[in-house]
Parts: sequence; C-alpha cells; structure tokens
Amino acid sequence: MYKYDEYDHAMVAARVAEFSDQVKRRLAGEITEDQFKPLRLMNGLYLQLHAYMLRVAVPYGTLDSRQMRMLAHIARKYDRDYGHFTTRQNIQYNWIKLEDAPAILEDLASVEMHAIQTSGNCIRNISSDQWAGAAADEITDPRPWAELLRQWSSFHPEFSYLPRKFKIAVIAADEDRAAMRLHDIGIQIVEKDGQHGAAFYVGGGMGRTPMIAPLIKDFVPLDDLLSYAEACLRVYNRYGRRDNIYKARIKILIHELGADEYRRQVEEEFAHVKSLGIDPPKAEFDRIAAQFAMPPLDALAPDEIDRSDPDFAVWVDQNVAAHKVPGHAIVNISLKPVGGIPGDASSAQIDLMADLAETYSHDELRVTHAQNIVLPHVRKADLYAIWQKLDEAGLATPNLDLISDIIACPGLDYCSLANARSIPVAQKIAERFSDLGRQKELGELKLKISGCINACGHHHAGHIGILGVDRKGTENYQLLLGGSGAEDVSLGTITGPGFDEDGIVDAIERVTDKYLAERTDSERFVDTFRRVGMAPFKEAIYG
Amino acid sequence: MVEHLHSDGEEPCVTLDAFLEQSNATAVRLESDEDARALIPYLDRLKLIEVAFPKFRDGRGYSSARILREAGFTGELRAQGDVLVDQIAYMKRCGFDSFAPEKSLNPADVEAALTRWPEHYQTAADGAVPIWKLRHG
Amino acid sequence: MKLLTGNDLKTGFVTWWTGSDWSIHIEDAADVGEHGEAILAVEEAARRVNAPYIISGEMTADGPRPAHIKDRIRALGPTVRPDLTLKPADPAAGDWVI
Repeated sequence: MYKYDEYDHAMVAARVAEFSDQVKRRLAGEITEDQFKPLRLMNGLYLQLHAYMLRVAVPYGTLDSRQMRMLAHIARKYDRDYGHFTTRQNIQYNWIKLEDAPAILEDLASVEMHAIQTSGNCIRNISSDQWAGAAADEITDPRPWAELLRQWSSFHPEFSYLPRKFKIAVIAADEDRAAMRLHDIGIQIVEKDGQHGAAFYVGGGMGRTPMIAPLIKDFVPLDDLLSYAEACLRVYNRYGRRDNIYKARIKILIHELGADEYRRQVEEEFAHVKSLGIDPPKAEFDRIAAQFAMPPLDALAPDEIDRSDPDFAVWVDQNVAAHKVPGHAIVNISLKPVGGIPGDASSAQIDLMADLAETYSHDELRVTHAQNIVLPHVRKADLYAIWQKLDEAGLATPNLDLISDIIACPGLDYCSLANARSIPVAQKIAERFSDLGRQKELGELKLKISGCINACGHHHAGHIGILGVDRKGTENYQLLLGGSGAEDVSLGTITGPGFDEDGIVDAIERVTDKYLAERTDSERFVDTFRRVGMAPFKEAIYG
Repeated sequence: MVEHLHSDGEEPCVTLDAFLEQSNATAVRLESDEDARALIPYLDRLKLIEVAFPKFRDGRGYSSARILREAGFTGELRAQGDVLVDQIAYMKRCGFDSFAPEKSLNPADVEAALTRWPEHYQTAADGAVPIWKLRHG
Repeated sequence: MKLLTGNDLKTGFVTWWTGSDWSIHIEDAADVGEHGEAILAVEEAARRVNAPYIISGEMTADGPRPAHIKDRIRALGPTVRPDLTLKPADPAAGDWVI
C-alpha cells in the first residue's frame, strides 16, 4: 500500500490548515455561503437534508486497518456511530457539524487520509478495481497508475474550476469491476510489445444523459500518461459548456464534437503539452509501484477448504473469489443484510473489519463500487474463522452479485437532491426475495437504485435499474432493464409507466418470473433480456 | 506579489477582436470564452494581457494563462474580475503575476494564500519544481 | 401557510423560524405570510441560518406540516432510521411523513 512521504504529509497538512482558515472566515462572516460552498465541496463537505455531510476519500478504494479504525473513530466521535460506503469507493458521514470539520480532517491526516476533491468541479478521487493486486485475471496492479494520477490531480491549479465534476477510474483486467467506461476518463492498463500502457476511454457517465465512453487512444505509454491526461482535461476545460449545468460534463462535449474531432484536438494539445516536461521519470512510478508489491503470501498454503459447515459453504460459494496466489482467496463482505441499509456500517462493524484485515488479510481492505468491503489477501485456511466472526457481527450475508446485493444511493432519506427515497425500496425488494434459494436460482442479477436522475445509484447500469422521480409531490419509481456497468457495458431501457413503492416490487417479481420462464440453461438475467428483448418483459409487467 | 492597482499612465486594454484587426495596442483583454491561442503570434509585442474572470467558478482563464506562458509570454498577465483570495494561489501557479479583483482583498489573506503550499505535485507555469522531481533529484 | 426553514450554520441542524428565533422542532414554526423573503435576508446576513428558503405548509392538529415530502423528512429525520429522528419513541412518526 502507498505510504505518504514527507511531501505527501506536508501537502495534506497544508490543505487542513487552509480549510480550517476558510471555515474560520465563513463562521466570522468574512466570506459568503456562495463563496464558501465550492471551497467546502472541494473538501468533501456538503450541506444535506439533515446536516452537513462529509465524504472522505478512499483513494482507489484501498485502506489499511489503522485507517479503517479511524473511520470508525470519526463515526463514533463526530457522527452518529455509523458511516455509509459509496459507489465511488468513498465513505460518507451524514451528521457532521461545520465547526468539527477541521478537527475531523486533522484526525484523518494523522492516518494519511483526507476529503480532498471528493466533491466540486474538479478531478475527483480516482477509483479502481477492488480486487487490484489480488485478482487472478489482472495483467498488473492498476493502483500505481491510479496513485500517479492522484498526485497529479491533487490541487491541480488549472483543473480545479472545471465546467463540472470529473471522475477517473483505472482498471487492469478485461473483467471490469469498476464501471470504467461510465467515467469521464476510464483507463484500462493493457499490454503491447511487452510494455504496459493505458487505453483511454473518455466521455462516459451516468446522470441525466448516460453515455458509454468511446475509446480515444488505445495505448498511452507510461511516460506520456500525465501529459495525455492533461491534454484531455485542457480541451475539456476550454470547450466544455458553462452555460448549462446539465450539459457541462465532458460526455456532452465529446458527443457534440464527435470522438474523432475530440481525439484530434487532444492529440494536437498533447503534442504541445508533451514538451513541457510534466511527466515524472520511471523512477517515480517504480517508487510508487514498489509500495504496492504483493504482501508475502505463502504459495504453499493449503488449497482445501473444509466445507463441513453448510452455512459456511454457502457463503464461500457466493462471496469468496479467486486469488492469484494458490492457497489464498479474496473475501467479499456484503454490507447488504436483508432489511439493512445498503452500504451502511456501524462503528463496531468497521472496527471488526479492521481487526480481520489486520489478523488475516495483510492489513488491507478495499471498498467496492457496489458498496461492499473486501479482504483481498486471505489464506483459505482462515476463511472459516473469518466467516464466524463476520457472522456474529451480521456481516456474513451470502448474497454477492445476487438480487439483494443492491446498490442504492442515500435517496430522499438523506440527500437534498433526491426526488424519492431509495433505501425503503431496496429493503422491500430484499425482503421480497429474502429466500436465498430463490436468489441463487435467479443467479447474477445486479439491481441498482437511484433516488434522482443524477444516478448516484447507477440505475442506468443495473441489469435491473430503478429511478425514483417526483410525480406531483409523490414518490414514483421507473423501471429500467438491460443495463450493465461491467465489461459488457450497456445502458438500461425504461419499461414504461412508473410505479409506487409496492408496485415497483411487484413489477420486479413479474420481471424475474418472466426471466425464469424464458431463460436457457446458463443465461444470466441480462443475457436473456438481450436475447428476447423488452417486449415479453413489458407484457409480463403491464399485461 | 501584491494586488495590482491601475496606475494613471497605463495603456487601456483593447478587446481581442480590436487587437486582431490590426491594432498597435500593447495591452489586450481576453474574455473567458476567447481562445488565448489567437494571441500567440503577437506575444513579443504585448506588455499586458488581462484575462477576465466573470465568475470565480469560470475556470477557463486558468488554461488561458498557462497557454500564454507556455507560448513564451513574459509580459504582465493579469487576472481581472471575480478574483477571490481562495483562488489566487492557483492563478499564480498558472502564470498570473498581477490581480485586479473587483472587490479588494485583505493583504494578509493574500499573503497567507500565496505562501500556504510548501511544494506542488505537478509542473505548471510558475516554475515551481514538482514534488516528483524533488524526490528524484 | 408559509414556513421558513434552513440549516444552522455551525451545526447544520435543520431549523424552523418561530417568529422570533430558530428552532429544530417544526411544532414551533410560525406562519411568515408574505414576510419570508425579508426575514431570511436579515437572518442569513446575520449568519443565524444557512441556505434558508420558504416553503408551503398547512396547519394540522399536530402542528405545521410542510406540503412537500422532502421537508417533512427534513422535519423528522431519515424514515429508515427511526432511532435517529426527532421522535425515536414514536413508532407512528413515519406516517406523518408519508
């Protein structure tokens, strides 16, 4: 894992001092809310429905146990004993006081954490594959690339007042576990002639106008990574629309210019930018990469798992994934218990996960965009002990990628932008499908719920998506089918008229019944939908 | 670096259009939606380029400034308009060396903002040595 | 009736204008009639409230009730965490929201 050196420490300390000063000036009335708002946002502080909300960055979703315990400490000391893990691998606290914010940032800085650029019209926290460094299918660990981009994008003087927010994801496997092509820039590390380079997909996104990012450059060598990113951003900063907030994202610019014209302008800018010497030497990449070296795993560790406890075996089959080192596994901890709030964890649960990471996972944890937690480097022989402890804490729900592993934004229960509540709908669906046998019969089924068109709950990318809208003052839910945020990326299609809260649950049941009737042997829901199309589902839903 | 005050003897800035229509002016004003690259052929005879910030959230001027400095402009580069103390450190990094804020700034706040950052992660237009270079000599 | 609401600048708590001050309890909210804009301008400038706005509501037997569900959730707390609302002991509190 990346460890700060004196420079990184000094930068974060300077930011804490700067924001403390800005808070002081706001409380003293020296700056208006209009002036303060972009400053607090660039430090992750929103004004939400009930209070201030603080979004803490978890760079590329990677944490150690000390950092995880600090997240629990903050929940306990400054909030209401819980936090909410988000679809961008961050954590949010819902009940923060402005006057406490500087102290919280100081506490975070003490464990090399911060809330820098977790909001605002700047380059946001870089996201990545939650199995990075452990996945059997990756060509390399994408996180050194992400860390290089993190440093470049932090306090970037030219790109801190962009037309709109800017999200970057980096992956290094063909299986896309980070919704890479639904980012402003999605980078896939690929190999060419024995060298690793970055394929740049630019102009994806969800929100009001969802778009899948086109490939802009198939191979950017490491030596050009930052120059190329700088050129991509400079073209956007110059031409991105500033007259209409709903058309200000880079996806709109690229859609209007066309990918070819955007590429031409980026190449022209790159030819100039490359001469400026902004790319660090290979030695800097090597310095970073060394810190992401695989921990010392014993490749001779036993590969067998004692499956004699049937409940444990069910969990292993659903929530444990293949590790690149024999005798080891990746544990996925579901934060989606039936009746729970997707992504929420109590301080005690956060502490427990930190303990497990320290004891069993070489001190590492990950946050996933599906709002779950990962222990990336676990000996298979330790799985049973881990499962027992998770089970005691209510963290052993064996539902990874099943219909109850729902992504849901906070919705109208917490968010001032929302039009409808998301969490109660997620809870009702999870309850309706609570029988695990039924869930497993349905197989991989990614259900994603957003409480407004901004799509924080990734509804466009759900095999089944739900969008909450406000219809004449009452909550109404639209149903979408056929989306995917993975390597088979696609955008869902709306089925037709919306439903009330109970109606949407019934509609989903009709959809899943239809799937079971239509599917051939090994088809996932989304495969069946793609094969048979919307018509039979529409008929099943609306008659 | 201090807040710039207009001196009586200063030549007024002309618009970009007026300048390009064969002006002998040595001072030009660039609006936020105008392309700084149009000035690149004339940089050696310009003394002052004033870049407009109609709203502090409009960040196009940061790119304009860098483009002009990267093209070799050595004259005065002035940020004018909704220029606030919390943005001027970034402006300086992008190559601005004078500021004409619509509302005057507290000099102590300006000093604090401009001396806040010990180092910088990236190369920009202010000549600062980036952290990666400090790390590797 | 017209109600005036916002958040406390320091704590972020949801607050309601009572006619002379701010309260976290909507039961204390007063009808501001046509004076909302004038009151919020003064109160915001004095930093006694942050991001204030005027909403419609109606007077009921239980006190003022905002017209829109968003403000009813603001007045009570998250419907999915009754323990964190202003009425944790009242199991029927959520019905007031819906």
